[in-house]
Amino acid sequence: MRQSRTIDISTGLFVLLGMTAILFLVTQITNREFSLRTDSYRLQAQFGNIGGLKAGAPVSMAGVTIGRVESIGYDMDLFKAVVTLRIDQRYDRIPNDSDAGILTAGLLGGQYVGITPGGSEETFKDGDRVEFVQDAIVLENLISKYLFSQAREQASGEAAPATQE
Amino acid sequence: MRALFGDLASSLVVFLERLGAMTRFAGQVVAQLPAALLRPRLVVEQVYNTGALSLVIIMTCGLFVGMVLGLQGYELLQRFGSEESLGMGAALSLLKELGPVVTALLFAGRAGTALASELGLMRATDQLSAMEVMAVDPMRRVVVPRFLGGVIAMPLLTAVFIAVALYGVQLVGVQFLGVDQGQFWSQMRGAVEFEDVREGLVKGLTFGVACSLIAVFEGYNAQPTAEGVGRATTRTVVISAVVTLVLDYILTAIML
Repeated sequence: MRQSRTIDISTGLFVLLGMTAILFLVTQITNREFSLRTDSYRLQAQFGNIGGLKAGAPVSMAGVTIGRVESIGYDMDLFKAVVTLRIDQRYDRIPNDSDAGILTAGLLGGQYVGITPGGSEETFKDGDRVEFVQDAIVLENLISKYLFSQAREQASGEAAPATQE
Repeated sequence: MRALFGDLASSLVVFLERLGAMTRFAGQVVAQLPAALLRPRLVVEQVYNTGALSLVIIMTCGLFVGMVLGLQGYELLQRFGSEESLGMGAALSLLKELGPVVTALLFAGRAGTALASELGLMRATDQLSAMEVMAVDPMRRVVVPRFLGGVIAMPLLTAVFIAVALYGVQLVGVQFLGVDQGQFWSQMRGAVEFEDVREGLVKGLTFGVACSLIAVFEGYNAQPTAEGVGRATTRTVVISAVVTLVLDYILTAIML
């Protein structure tokens, strides 16, 4: 009897562990809660294009992580992406004319929000909106711009001698 | 030349014979499943034997597989300056391939051999015949609970393996090599879908069915000699490994 109790308990433990592991695997994807344990305040920023920015990406100033992207939404009236930033309370004196840009870490790295401080005396408060923003750079747009300008140069270069004759 | 073809033909016949016998055996097992479920006590005991006892080796191997993945992945991704993608790459490869396959191979080595040699010894010492004499169906009393125990244990072991391996990746990548923790998790969350987790668990379950079936089949049909039991055990590992890898390809092709 004693023996079978130990077996039951270990089996129960095993099943519990397995279930916990499954739960961990499933929630690890949907769970976007990544709140900083410390106090924090929120800022909002509207971007025309956020590229590959994901919730949970770092917000950094001069390369130092000062917060995280909490959520990303879409405003149907403005046709813009609304990004909510959660900034650590320790960094509470950011000038309110600072600008936020979406930058890329490394060539293929993840994207993050970089904040460059402005010169205003006033500072951001909880719920403020960042006025000056810089959209993510979409590589395809850059390439197509470059290609089109090349093509135009070539076209005008060929057209010029033709008119001389 | 003629002898070669004769050998080939006869081994083909043997293969077909075993395949047919295993299919018939699988049918018998399925037919007895409801009866075995009425006696959960026996199944729980086998979940303990195949699952709980395999836990230590699964977790140890998972940790080291994860740590190696972290090290190798970091080394590779660093060349492109995108070591933050480590979490994503490791999670996807673990969920889709490494987790289920390595767990199945370990399962065949730890639990499959135990099942096969236990059943083989029962056969060799006439315990199975004794049961038949006492009008106890050995299929229902011995084989099916062992099969079910393995089938229940495998997906759970797979999940534990993947979770522990992810911890290993995180340990090496984030703690030792200094990948940004937020990027690590956020890129992983961004890339991994629920379907990927499901794929891993479906594979784990399928491999569990295959490996358990092979183990009980080989053990139950072992030659009743010391050599026969040994051969059944070896065959369990070899066939399980091959079937697992072949099934893995088929399942991937279906689910991709």
